[in-house]
Amino acid sequence: MNHWIIAPVILPALLAPLIVLGMRNDLVLQRVFGLAGTLALLLISGGLLYTASVNPPEVYFLGNWPAPFGIVLVLDRLAAIMLTLTAFLALMVQLYAIGTGWDGRGKHFHALFQFQLMGLCGAFLTGDAFNLFVFFEVLLIASYGLMIHGGGRDRLRAGVQYVAYNLLGSTLFLFGLATLYSVTGTLNMADLAVKVASLPEGDAALIRVAGVLLLLVFAIKGALVPLHFWLPATYANAPGPVAALFAVMTKVGAYATLRLYSLVFPPDTPATGALFGDLLLPAALVTLAVGALGVLGAVTLPRLVAFAAIASMGTLFIALSGFTAESTAATLYYLIHSTLATGALFLIADLVQARRGDSSLRHACPPIAQQGLIAALFFATAIALAGMPPLSGFLGKLLILDATRDNLTTVWPTILVTSLVIIIGFSRAGSQLFWKSHASPADPAPRAAEPLAFTAVFALLAALVALTLLAGPVTAYLQATAAELMDGAAYVAANRLPELP
Amino acid sequence: MEFLVASAVGVLTGAGIYLILRLRTFPVILGLALLSYAVNVFIFASGRIAIGLPPVLSYDDRDYSDPLTQALVLTAIVISFGMTAVIVMMALGSFLETGDDGIDMTDGEDRR
Repeated sequence: MNHWIIAPVILPALLAPLIVLGMRNDLVLQRVFGLAGTLALLLISGGLLYTASVNPPEVYFLGNWPAPFGIVLVLDRLAAIMLTLTAFLALMVQLYAIGTGWDGRGKHFHALFQFQLMGLCGAFLTGDAFNLFVFFEVLLIASYGLMIHGGGRDRLRAGVQYVAYNLLGSTLFLFGLATLYSVTGTLNMADLAVKVASLPEGDAALIRVAGVLLLLVFAIKGALVPLHFWLPATYANAPGPVAALFAVMTKVGAYATLRLYSLVFPPDTPATGALFGDLLLPAALVTLAVGALGVLGAVTLPRLVAFAAIASMGTLFIALSGFTAESTAATLYYLIHSTLATGALFLIADLVQARRGDSSLRHACPPIAQQGLIAALFFATAIALAGMPPLSGFLGKLLILDATRDNLTTVWPTILVTSLVIIIGFSRAGSQLFWKSHASPADPAPRAAEPLAFTAVFALLAALVALTLLAGPVTAYLQATAAELMDGAAYVAANRLPELP
Repeated sequence: MEFLVASAVGVLTGAGIYLILRLRTFPVILGLALLSYAVNVFIFASGRIAIGLPPVLSYDDRDYSDPLTQALVLTAIVISFGMTAVIVMMALGSFLETGDDGIDMTDGEDRR
């Protein structure tokens, strides 16, 4: 057994209590250990990414219990990609938080950050449906703490809504899992795939109920309309770096949908058929439209970015609902792109907000410190997120359009029209923030350069550029990933399930 | 027995959903707690209802009650208990900070 597979869960799980117990009053030590931990996580994830690309899916049996009885972690290409993406984004967010001093505005930022990483890594690695629930709770409880980091009345109130909404989601998750268990008698994902594929006719209705309940839970996480209501207030009121990290939280919903519905309920399952794709596609189209309208109508910059995140989730789920190898590869490319771009834009929104004092888009303000640089960063990231050439958003949307060629009447117009609406929304926001301020004669209030913060934003943008330039090799890797996902046999075989008598 | 368990789950869920739709944080938290009770009973029932049977397999007796759902329910109880504590603390913080315990962002507040 390759013990590195469990390292992304163990490392933050050990580091976080160490930070809480051993260095609670020393911010410098917390920063050093937090950064070192996230850097180590990135290196381990990179190693796992390489391992997954040369080997078939690999299973880690916890406590060496055989598969459907014990809990397993599974490393395959998809899990490795998500791990690396999370670790990279987390490292940049952490640099930004340190550079701007966000981590010192409340207690336990770095400990909560590590717990959050533990939950995320665990959710991506686990091969057990109930364990997925547990890791969801780990990442959620850390996110509750991070979301209200720094305090303030609006943030606390938005935090209560966020917690209430997600507790409801967790309850729904348990209902779904219990229904699934009562039909199949197992919660190991590979075992579920085998059992669901050969289900007796009479259980088809119940398994559909379980599948739709779980889909609702992942739709809450992925902010699909009509379950997206928690997102705008949460993301807009969360501290900037935390909102940037949350860019990967919505992707957890997309990841879980992709994992469970390509492995356990693929479209050729007799009991469910194409039910889930048919449910996802209209919801995704509406999500994209709502997100685009929100970008156009948002009155503050963080809300604008939050709606851009909703729109990108809509685009993502449109591609995801296809459940073919081609559409899955497009989904993954767009997933990587939108995580990096949304994260970068939340950081830029925080840079603007810190300098302007408020971030209203209704009125122009005097120029801000480092205006030109921040405006250029906003411009580049907005191009990426809106899906204009030359950055990766364009390629991502192109791949999705290519994968949905047989849906010319609904998908194509929606994606193309909403792209235009989003471009208009971003241009309006950019001109209000950066151009109209020149009318004011006042000089900007001076402010220290914060090199670490800008490094983080530049690194995220550089990753977007790299994703564009290396689109060929990246899509080749993603196509192999998609092929692996579409053919669940290797995943099931890796679990070494016992032969039924 | 089936009727008793099913109606308990139904009543708890119904009451929970009603309370969640209230405007203030306290009923919402109660509603979440009721929902978590409902789901705990539901998880128990998903391992089939067995009365007075041990949760272990024996050679002479083929009947047993499913031990896995009991473990699942234990996990669910611990998590929902912790989460309820978190939301109580956050609701309290929000109440002390804002002076009222409404769950909605009042109009205009979320636009700032």
